[in-house]
Amino acid sequence: MRLNKSNPAPSLTKAEGLRLLHQMTLIRRFEEKSAEVYTETKIRGFLHLCVGEEAVAVGVSQALQEEDYVLSTYREHGHALARGVEPKSIMAEMYGRLEGCSRGRGGSMHLFDSSKNFFGGNAIVGGHLPLSVGMALASKKQGKKNVTCCFFGEGAAAEGEFHESLNLAALWQIPVLFLCENNLYAMGTALKFTHSEQHLEKKGPAYGIETDVANGMDLLDVMTKVQKAVAYIRETGKPYFLVCYTYRFRAHSMFDAELYREKSEVEEWKKKDPIPQFKAFLLKEKLITEKVIEAMEAEAERQVQEAIDFAENGSWEKVEELDRFVYSEKAAI
Amino acid sequence: MSQEIRLTYREALKSAIREALLKDEKVFLMGEDVGHYGGAFAVSKGLLQEFGPDRIMDVPLSESGFTGAGIGAALAGMRPIVEIMTINFSLLAMDQIFNNAATLSHMSGGQVNVPVVIRMGCGIGRQLAAQHSHSWEPFFAHVPGLIVLSVGTHEDARGMLLSALESPDPVILFEYTSMLNLEGSIPGDAGKVDIQKAKIRREGKDLSLITYGTGVYKCLEAADLLAKEGMDVEVVDLRVLRPLEEDTFLQSVAKTHRALIVEDAWKSVSISSEVSSRIMEKAFFELDLPVERLCGVEVPIPYPKHLEDASVPQVQDIVSRVKKMLKP
Ligand SMILES: Cc1ncc(C[n+]2csc(CCOP(=O)(O)OP(=O)(O)O)c2C)c(N)n1
Repeated sequence: MRLNKSNPAPSLTKAEGLRLLHQMTLIRRFEEKSAEVYTETKIRGFLHLCVGEEAVAVGVSQALQEEDYVLSTYREHGHALARGVEPKSIMAEMYGRLEGCSRGRGGSMHLFDSSKNFFGGNAIVGGHLPLSVGMALASKKQGKKNVTCCFFGEGAAAEGEFHESLNLAALWQIPVLFLCENNLYAMGTALKFTHSEQHLEKKGPAYGIETDVANGMDLLDVMTKVQKAVAYIRETGKPYFLVCYTYRFRAHSMFDAELYREKSEVEEWKKKDPIPQFKAFLLKEKLITEKVIEAMEAEAERQVQEAIDFAENGSWEKVEELDRFVYSEKAAI
Repeated sequence: MSQEIRLTYREALKSAIREALLKDEKVFLMGEDVGHYGGAFAVSKGLLQEFGPDRIMDVPLSESGFTGAGIGAALAGMRPIVEIMTINFSLLAMDQIFNNAATLSHMSGGQVNVPVVIRMGCGIGRQLAAQHSHSWEPFFAHVPGLIVLSVGTHEDARGMLLSALESPDPVILFEYTSMLNLEGSIPGDAGKVDIQKAKIRREGKDLSLITYGTGVYKCLEAADLLAKEGMDVEVVDLRVLRPLEEDTFLQSVAKTHRALIVEDAWKSVSISSEVSSRIMEKAFFELDLPVERLCGVEVPIPYPKHLEDASVPQVQDIVSRVKKMLKP
């Protein structure tokens, strides 16, 4: 791993520090709770958690504006939460309730919230990269100044759609941020078994795309690198490739027995847990007190419980509505 | 009624694209060789010069990438026309069409829609051999969320694209390359057409020929030949393969009591399988004869002309089959 040492940390106010820590904590609690209710069979299907990767979701999202577009993978709860999608509507979605952000139609892997410009949760690895290219192309054609941010894993970088998308984005010079969360495993297959060139950041320049790496376990480094990336995109209208080195502490999904990695490796990475790290930073810089942290943690806990209660009390979409939205309800043709 | 004009199928397609580009700033055409080359089949010839590279976009050989980009641009408020050079290459874009275009509206609970039009050349008959002679209309027609249209006439070549561009949902448009040079007549003011219903192309009372795509003119020709021998057959052009509109062909069968379904696609799990089932389900007691089908022979389409011809229904095959059905 070639990581640049963190640039001088962005200067934070107390309020910002608290907000960021709160977001990461909320994601962590939300994910842990999701796993818990999954074992109670309240959530079904695939469930992919991002525990360990919170700094990327939060670090990236704080650099984005409301009008920017965000697209993601099936491991997107953190991205959605950081984007401001309501915890309640995400949990209800995972419960399959009508009150969910996608009416319960999509579940964990397909969170959509067009009011937040959050365009899914895509469960075909690499499938949303071309979409992000098209959305950024539309922005360029419409003279909009917004950025399209597309999250994906290093596994997706082996797909043809990754290469097609980088080529098209560079060819068309469009404002898209390709945000690779390199957590070193695609399901159970390690990076070293899947990429001939494991420094994924070398693939950007091959397409003439401005590229950088960030330490995805370090919120401040992610923030610094993403701010730089987004500033570049807004300034030039060109694409950018940012590889965040990160690690998922939990299994790929709830069906994964984790036969492919040693417990000791996971423990090593847990020492780099972004949340305690950032907490320590805030304490050291006197930007936060233990008391404030305690209150914030209680608040995160309350939000998650509220989400659960909301989901528990949600309703089921009527079976008669099964085929609604197969075709749009906008003006008949 | 405005005066009839004569034009080729290609000219009809092109005039529709041109009109769409003139009418709506949000419309743009993207595809391999649509610009500098002039379109693989010269359908977009001259449009780059007229509209410039932002509206007529040449794209690299990245079927999945650029089809997905068209879907993404539609999500973000544009009105893209994506041209996949031919249906034979569409498998490389199938992930985008099936997993994104067709699902996003339903899966998001109606929050987003995908107003993209994806055109592709198709059909057989030009001795292009197995990999370039596919009739995969049934694949697409299988998928809810798509609107699947087959351009079997000059009227539809002129009008279907314009109507498709008013759909809030993804439209797949099949154009038949063997018909490009074929001349036909349409009203001078022809424009948008209905894209929800099948159409009776010829009225008749003895038997219903139900078809689409290149089958339409073949069936009309067969009907003319049969008329000379005193047989009066009706020709139903399905046009809309999904959502399949059944009233038109069910009513036709209720009138003629006999049905022969004609298509180039392989017989198993085809459009004709579906139409035949619907007739069994909903018009069984109208039938005087079992439904019959003339479809593609189930082989990779071979190169030599005589074998290629033998692989799909020809006018003479239709004539003979109808005669057999009417005069047992
Ligand atoms: C096209 C496709 N192939 C295979 C899968 C099955 N699958 C789901 S997630 C996954 C691993 C993807 O790894 P990566 O892109 O690194 O993302 P991560 O899960 O690590 O976040 C695989 C193989 C799929 N969903 N889509």
